[in-house]
Amino acid sequence: MEIFANLALGFSVALTPFTLFLAVVGCFLGTIIGAMPGLGPSNGVAILIPLAFTLGLDATAALVLMTSVYYGAMYGGRISSILLNIPGDEPALMTTLDGYPMARQGRAGDALVISGVASFFGAFMATIGLMLLAPMLARVAYLFGPAEYFALYLLAFCTLGGIASNNQAKAALAAAIGLGISMIGLDNTTGMPRFTGGNLHLMDGVDFLVAIVGLFAVSEVFFFIESHGRGSAIGVKLARITIPVKDIVNSGWTMVRATLIGFFAGVLPGAGASLGSFLAYTGEKAVAKDRDSFGKGNPRGVAAPEAGNNAAAGGALVPMLTLGVPGSGTTAVLLALLMTLNITPGPTLFADRPEVVWGLIASLLIANIVLLVMNVPLVKLFVRILTVPGWVLLPMVTMISFVGIYSLSGSYFDLLLMVAFGVMGYFFRKMDIPTVPIILGILLGNNMEDSLRRAMVISGGDWTFLFSSGIAIGLWVAAIAGFVAPMFLRGLLRKPQAITD
Amino acid sequence: MRTDRIFGLAVVLGALAYIASAFQLQTSFLSDPVGSRTFPIIVGSVAAVCGLVMVVSPDPEPDWPHGRTWARLGIAVLVLVGYAYALRPWGFVLPTALAAGIISYQINPRPMAAALTGIGLSVGLYLLFKYALGLGLMALPRDFPG
Repeated sequence: MEIFANLALGFSVALTPFTLFLAVVGCFLGTIIGAMPGLGPSNGVAILIPLAFTLGLDATAALVLMTSVYYGAMYGGRISSILLNIPGDEPALMTTLDGYPMARQGRAGDALVISGVASFFGAFMATIGLMLLAPMLARVAYLFGPAEYFALYLLAFCTLGGIASNNQAKAALAAAIGLGISMIGLDNTTGMPRFTGGNLHLMDGVDFLVAIVGLFAVSEVFFFIESHGRGSAIGVKLARITIPVKDIVNSGWTMVRATLIGFFAGVLPGAGASLGSFLAYTGEKAVAKDRDSFGKGNPRGVAAPEAGNNAAAGGALVPMLTLGVPGSGTTAVLLALLMTLNITPGPTLFADRPEVVWGLIASLLIANIVLLVMNVPLVKLFVRILTVPGWVLLPMVTMISFVGIYSLSGSYFDLLLMVAFGVMGYFFRKMDIPTVPIILGILLGNNMEDSLRRAMVISGGDWTFLFSSGIAIGLWVAAIAGFVAPMFLRGLLRKPQAITD
Repeated sequence: MRTDRIFGLAVVLGALAYIASAFQLQTSFLSDPVGSRTFPIIVGSVAAVCGLVMVVSPDPEPDWPHGRTWARLGIAVLVLVGYAYALRPWGFVLPTALAAGIISYQINPRPMAAALTGIGLSVGLYLLFKYALGLGLMALPRDFPG
């Protein structure tokens, strides 16, 4: 079996003491980041990328470290959801619905253990799914020419804008802003500067890391200033932790169903973990006999969204690694990491750099086990971290962001740009304009334009070439449907709001 | 309502300016059928349409902060801009302590706690970056007396 040979290669990379050490550190940091209110997988990974880069790690090591942080943050997000009713990150929102009521009934420990096991199940199974599906998709991806890639990028923007936002126009605007920003700098084909306004600092374009850290991390500071740091709770009580075997066994099938739903939601480009946890929860509620107890502290209501969102986190890696198209905000950040490390995701990655891909997969499997150990017996440690107040945490995040970006380029101009992106992020999030499409636009803009131009070179300027293959037509149809359909389904798929006391 | 209308209008104007400057782009002799203008023009047009949609059908007014909060946010932005300029000439420790302290004060207005946060973060992060991560940071200005 080819897959076992590949896995053996992967484990030979991942089981070196140093890589293993990085995986453990990454999981630990990630869980902390996920648990802190206001810090989630995307901004947590974002502020660490420049630092990982300056550490001089090689590609595999950096990738292992950052994906461990990513998985860890997905696990950690549930802690503040359950204990404080504040999702540590967006996908963990659904976990508050039953997790917080359980905590109020004095079953916080049970909820944490059940959600930890569910997270493990979802993430582990999704990693196995990634292992099986990614090489297949990579083979299909060889059939993709520039026309297909152009349609695929469009699909990512459309589904991301269509499904994950409340207002199509605002989502499309965000994508256009991102794409517009990505045009700044030298034109790849002609080598002439565009939209630089004569500013030398802009010749190289706007670094996506500057935009990511600004939009995701610096804007958070402004939100904390506005809210006076409410939400950083002090004095969370947690009794002795026991393992609620009965509840875990009872929610076994729930986890299986939620994992399947979550994984496929994650694989769809643009949909991501929030959709995974949402669908998993609503699906579980729909099939449950005791539907009324959902939202009042049903253990299965905790297991479903956690298995779903962690499975989606794994699923989102499939399109990211095979096609270079991220499935969520965080995978967009991971794509930024790959690009920083000079790794081009896509089918050739599987053929040319198998040690990177399989080393990553093997370390994800290891990371999951580490995370299960950290998140069940050691969960009390992380609960203590929740008590770090916002007025210490947010200045710290800001300073780390500044040093990270400064260490990349050593230029004050990038820092100013980062602050500008932070201000922009604050206003956009206030106005309900999603920021993830902006990041995606900056990341993919040049590739998207290049594939359009290459397609036109091949066809000699014939625009119908864009719809010349079955795959391309299918992607165009999916893109249009993904953008238009949610307008009509909005009443049906209403995002639930967090319950309040 | 009003925010979306004003912002939508600004987007339309910005998009038009973007398209106009795309038309001014220099093309080189090495051109392809699409050229360097087409894609930015498409992107600008999409943005303009979205801006128009926002003007025509705005969302409900977002929940904007009030006077005092605006002032605190403004101070925070100024501090961050100042910090960006100060980081190179003044070294890491002093600007960081000041900036972290002020931001901490904006989140939770307790002077003592903010001052301690600023000093603690600046020294702690300096040690972390310098010795644990090995970044080449400068602690103090080069010509610092003493």
